[in-house]
Amino acid sequence: MLKTFKIGGIHPCDSKLSKGASIEILPLPAKVVIPASQHIGAPATVIVKKGDRVKAGDIIATASGFVSANVHSSVSGTVQAVDMQKDAMGIARQSVTIAVEGDEWNETIDRSDELVAECNLSSKEIIDKIAAAGIVGMGGATFPTQVKLSVPSGKKAEFLIINGVECEPYLTADHRVMLEKAPQLLAGVRILCKALEVDRAFIGIENNKRDAIEHLTREAASYPGITVVPLKVKYPQGGEKQLIDAIVGRQVPSGALPIDVGAVVQNVGTALAVYEAVQKNKPLFERVVTVTGKDFSSPKNLLVRIGTPIASLLEYCGGIPETTGKIINGGPMMGRSLCNPEAPVTKGTSGILCMNDKEAAREPDTPCIRCAKCVSVCPMGLEPYLINVMSRKKMFAELEVHRPTDCIECGSCSFTCPAHIPLLDHIRVAKGEVMKIIRSRK
Amino acid sequence: MNETLLFTILTLCALGVLAAIVLYFVAQKFKVYEDPRIDDVEGMLPGANCGGCGFPGCRGMADALVKADDFGNLYCPVGGGATMNAIASYLGKAAVEKEPQVAVVRCSGACDKRPKTNRYDGAKSCVVAASLYAGDTACSWGCLGLGDCEVACDFDAIHINPVTGLPEVDEEKCTACGACVKACPKTIIELRKKGIKNRRVFVSCVNKDKGGVARKACAAACIGCGKCVKTCPFGAITLENNLAYIDFSVCKLCRKCVAECPTGAIHEVNFPPRPVKPAAEPTPDTVKAVPSAEKKPEEIGLAENQKTETQE
Amino acid sequence: MDKKLIVSPSPHIHSNTSTSKLMSDVIIALLPAFVVSIFFFGFDSLIVTAVSVVSCMLFEWLISKYLLKKKPSLTDYSAALTGLLLAFNLPPSLPLWIVVIGALVAIGIGKMSFGGLGCNPFNPALVGRVFLLISFPTHMTSFVSTKAVDALSGATPLAFVKEAVKSGKPLSELMGYFSYGDLLMGDKSGSLGEISAAALLLGFVYLLIRKVITWHIPVYILGTMFLFSGLLWLIDPETYLDPMFQILTGGAILGAVYMATDYVTSPMNNRGMLIYGVGIGVITILIRVWGAYPEGISFAILIMNAVVPLINKYTHPRRFGMVKAK
Repeated sequence: MLKTFKIGGIHPCDSKLSKGASIEILPLPAKVVIPASQHIGAPATVIVKKGDRVKAGDIIATASGFVSANVHSSVSGTVQAVDMQKDAMGIARQSVTIAVEGDEWNETIDRSDELVAECNLSSKEIIDKIAAAGIVGMGGATFPTQVKLSVPSGKKAEFLIINGVECEPYLTADHRVMLEKAPQLLAGVRILCKALEVDRAFIGIENNKRDAIEHLTREAASYPGITVVPLKVKYPQGGEKQLIDAIVGRQVPSGALPIDVGAVVQNVGTALAVYEAVQKNKPLFERVVTVTGKDFSSPKNLLVRIGTPIASLLEYCGGIPETTGKIINGGPMMGRSLCNPEAPVTKGTSGILCMNDKEAAREPDTPCIRCAKCVSVCPMGLEPYLINVMSRKKMFAELEVHRPTDCIECGSCSFTCPAHIPLLDHIRVAKGEVMKIIRSRK
Repeated sequence: MNETLLFTILTLCALGVLAAIVLYFVAQKFKVYEDPRIDDVEGMLPGANCGGCGFPGCRGMADALVKADDFGNLYCPVGGGATMNAIASYLGKAAVEKEPQVAVVRCSGACDKRPKTNRYDGAKSCVVAASLYAGDTACSWGCLGLGDCEVACDFDAIHINPVTGLPEVDEEKCTACGACVKACPKTIIELRKKGIKNRRVFVSCVNKDKGGVARKACAAACIGCGKCVKTCPFGAITLENNLAYIDFSVCKLCRKCVAECPTGAIHEVNFPPRPVKPAAEPTPDTVKAVPSAEKKPEEIGLAENQKTETQE
Repeated sequence: MDKKLIVSPSPHIHSNTSTSKLMSDVIIALLPAFVVSIFFFGFDSLIVTAVSVVSCMLFEWLISKYLLKKKPSLTDYSAALTGLLLAFNLPPSLPLWIVVIGALVAIGIGKMSFGGLGCNPFNPALVGRVFLLISFPTHMTSFVSTKAVDALSGATPLAFVKEAVKSGKPLSELMGYFSYGDLLMGDKSGSLGEISAAALLLGFVYLLIRKVITWHIPVYILGTMFLFSGLLWLIDPETYLDPMFQILTGGAILGAVYMATDYVTSPMNNRGMLIYGVGIGVITILIRVWGAYPEGISFAILIMNAVVPLINKYTHPRRFGMVKAK
C-alpha cells in the first residue's frame, strides 16, 4: 500500500504530454525583462541603471528585508530600462529590461559539467551562499529558500522532504530534472541536509513517475540517509502540508509551519538550484519550464533564462496553436491564466499550458445540490460550500471559525463541484478578508 | 363524558396558569434594562439597516445616538439632516450639519472608449476579478463592470448600464450611504457633495499610469496633462501621480476645466446645455427651462461658497 | 494574435461531473428494481411510474415558469428522479389521479415552495408519499399480491405480521409464510419499487462504483436497524421480528440507499451522516415495533431531514492538523 495524505484529494487526469521530452536549451531571446519581485516578500531593490553593462549572473537587485531575494541578470548585455512593466496578470511591476549581447557569464561561475559532490562548508556558509544566489521555492510558491532553511531558535528540523510529486496535471519539469540531473539533484539534497543539520531526507515521488522513482532509488543508493518514497497518485499531494502528512504521517496544525513538526520541504528544482549555487557559484537565473497543451504537436521541456518573454517559448514550440483560448502560467489546477503573453518567465514559472477554447471555457453554474462532494475532497477538511455562501453574503466576521485561512487554494472543490459553482473564487476572497480581520486584531 | 371534558379543561387551564406564573418569574429574573428612547430613536431612523452610518443596523446607530454626549461623527446619510435634527431635538442634543452627498462613478471607460484585451470568465464579482488580475482591459485602474456596487446597494440606486458596461447612479434614490464605495475593489466610486441644483464637476477617471499608457488603454482616460490645473481660477484641481482631482469643497463649478480637457475625462452633470458661443446671450429656451443659467458661473460658486461658510 | 485570451481564476479544469449526470446515474441505478417491478406487477407498474414521472416534470416546469418566473431546469433530471422515487413508494394499483396529486404535493410543496432544487429541507418524493399515506390510507395500503396465497393477499409482510402478532399468534408460526429468497428477489406484496432487495442492492453497488453516493448513510441506517431489532429479537424472538426480516421488508433498502441519501436533505459531513443514519435506523424500528404504521422508514427519514440543518451546524468534518491536539 503506497503512502498518501489522509484527508480528501482528487484524481484529475494527469495529461503528462511532455514527460518523454528531454530538456532542451531555449536559444537566447533578443531582450529579457527581469522583474524585481519574483518571490513572496518585499521586492528587491534594483541597483543597476539604464546603460549599465551586465553579465549573466551579475546581481541586478538586492534583497530588501528578511523575506526577500536577490535578483540576477540572466543574460549579458546592456540595461535598456528600469521601469514599470506589465506582468502576466497585466499588473505593472518594477522590472529591468536588458538587451542581449553575446553570452558572457560572471567569471566566478563554474560552467563545467563536472559533478562536485563533496561540500565542506558550514551550515551558515551554505545558507549565505543560497541567499546570495537568490534562490526561491521553484515549485511555484517562490518563498525565499534561505528563510525556509533558517530554523528559528527553539525549533529543530528533524528531516528534509524533497518534493518530487509534481501532482499538477500536464507539468513535467520536475520529472525531467529528476531523470536528467539526478546526481546533481542528490548532491543538492545533501547540501540542504547539511544546511539544516539533519541526516535524513525523503524524496517523495508519485507513482505515475515510475522511471524517476527507479532512477533516483538507484542513484540514491550511494547516499546514506536519502530515501526515495513512492506515493499514491492523488492531488494535491505536492502541497507542503499534504506531503509531510503523506511521508511521515504528521499533520501541521492550523496556522503553524512545517518546522513545527520538524519538517522542511524543498522542491526538486530548488535542490538542483542549491547544488548549482553552492558548488558552481551559479545564481538562479535559469530554470526548466514545461511548454505543453493538447494542441501542441510536440510539447517540450525547456531550460529558459529568467526574463525571457513567454511568447518566445511558445514560438519555439511552434507558435501558439490557433485553437488556444487560454494560456496558463503554471499547471491547470493552481496556475494563473495570463492576459499578457509578452510577460517574462520568472523564478516561479514551472510551466506554460495552452488550453483550447473548449477546455478553457467554464460551464455556467447551477444551484448547489448540497452533495457534500466539496467537503469530502477538501484536503484541509474545510467546508467549501459553507465558506462560499458566507463569502458571497460578506459574513466575514462569522466566517473565521470555519477557517478559510487554512485553505491552500488547491482547487479540488471547484474541480469536483457537479453544479460548476466557482467555490474557490469566493473562498479566496473570504481568505483575504478573514486574514485582514485577524491582522487588524494583532 | 362530561366528567372527562371537565377534567381536561381544568387540567389545561391549570397548566396554562402554571406556565404563566413560571414565565412571569423567569421574565423578571432575566429582565435587561434598555433605555426606552432607543426604541423611539430607532423608529425615527429610516430602518434601511444599510450600514452607511458605520453600525451594523439602525438599532446599533440608535443605541449609539442615545448614549453619545454629542453626535460628533454619528450621522445617518440616508435620513439626512431632517432625521438628524428630529432625533437631536428628541434627545435634547445638538445635531451636526452635513452637506448632502451623492455617489459618483469616476470611470468613463465605456466599451467603445476602452477596448477589451481579454475575456474574463470567472465568478461574476469585481472582488474576485480584482484579486486575480488587472482586469479585462489595458487599464488596470478602471471599472471592472461586474456589478459589486449594484449588489451592495440597498436602495436600488446604482446599476450597470449594459451598453457602456459602467455603473450609473440614480441620484433620486442614492442616499450616499457609502455601501458601493466600500464594495468597489478599484475604489472608483466617491461620495461627493451634491452641489447646487445637483450640479457637479469631477474627473471621471482614476488611472494613475503615465499619459501615453493611460491614453493607449482608454480614450477617455485622464492623461495627467495638467491643462485643467492651469485653467482653474480657484486652485481646486490638483495633479498627483498623473491624475487630476477636483476638490469639491473648493470648486466653484465654473466648468472651464471641462472645456479644456483633451480626453473629456472631466465630466459635468446636471448643467443646462451650454450656449453655442460662450459670449452670446442665452437663448430664451434655456432661460425658460433653467432660469439660473442667466447667472454667471462665478456667481453661483460665490453664492454657494457663502452658504458653506455660514454653515461652518 | 487577434483572439482575446480567456482569463479566469484557477482551477482551469473540471471533473466533468454535473448535476444532470449524477441524477441520471441514480435513475440508472433504479432501473433493475423497476424491471423487477414490471416483472411482478406488470403493466400497472409501468403506468403508475410513467404518470408520476411525467406529472412531476410537468409541475416543475409549470411552477418554475409561471409562479417563480425563472428558467425551468428539467434538464437536470431532478424532477424526473423525484417522480421515479415517488412511484417506487406507491402501490402499483393506485388510481392514477392520486398519483398526480402525489406528484403535485411532492414538487409543489416538497420542492418548489422552498425555492426549487437545493433549497428543500425535506425529501420531495417522501413528502408526496406521506401526504398520500395520510390522506388516502385505504388506497395507499391496499396492495396486490405477487402470490396467489390467500393469507397474504393485500398486505405487505410487515403489515401482515403486525396484525397477526397483535391478535396473539406467535411469530414462529407466521414465519412459515415467508422465505428470505422471496423477500430478496421481490416476490412479495408491497410498494412498486421496494419489493426486490437484490435489485436495489445492485443499484447501490452501481452508485458506489460511479461515486454518486458514499457507503456511509445506507450502512449506518441498515446497521442501526439490524443492531436495534437484533437486540429486541434476542430478548423475545416470539414477539419481535428477526433483524434480517426487518431489513429486507418495508422499503428499508429503498429508503436507506435512495431516499435518505438524497443530497439536498442529508448532512454534509461524515460525522453528521452517522447521527443522521443512526437516527433514521432507531426511529424506523421504534415506529415498526411500537408505532401505528407497519413500515415507518418514510417518517423516520422525514423526521431526520428536519434535524439536518442542526446537524450541519454542530458537526464539522475532521480538519487537517487536528489529529494530535495537545
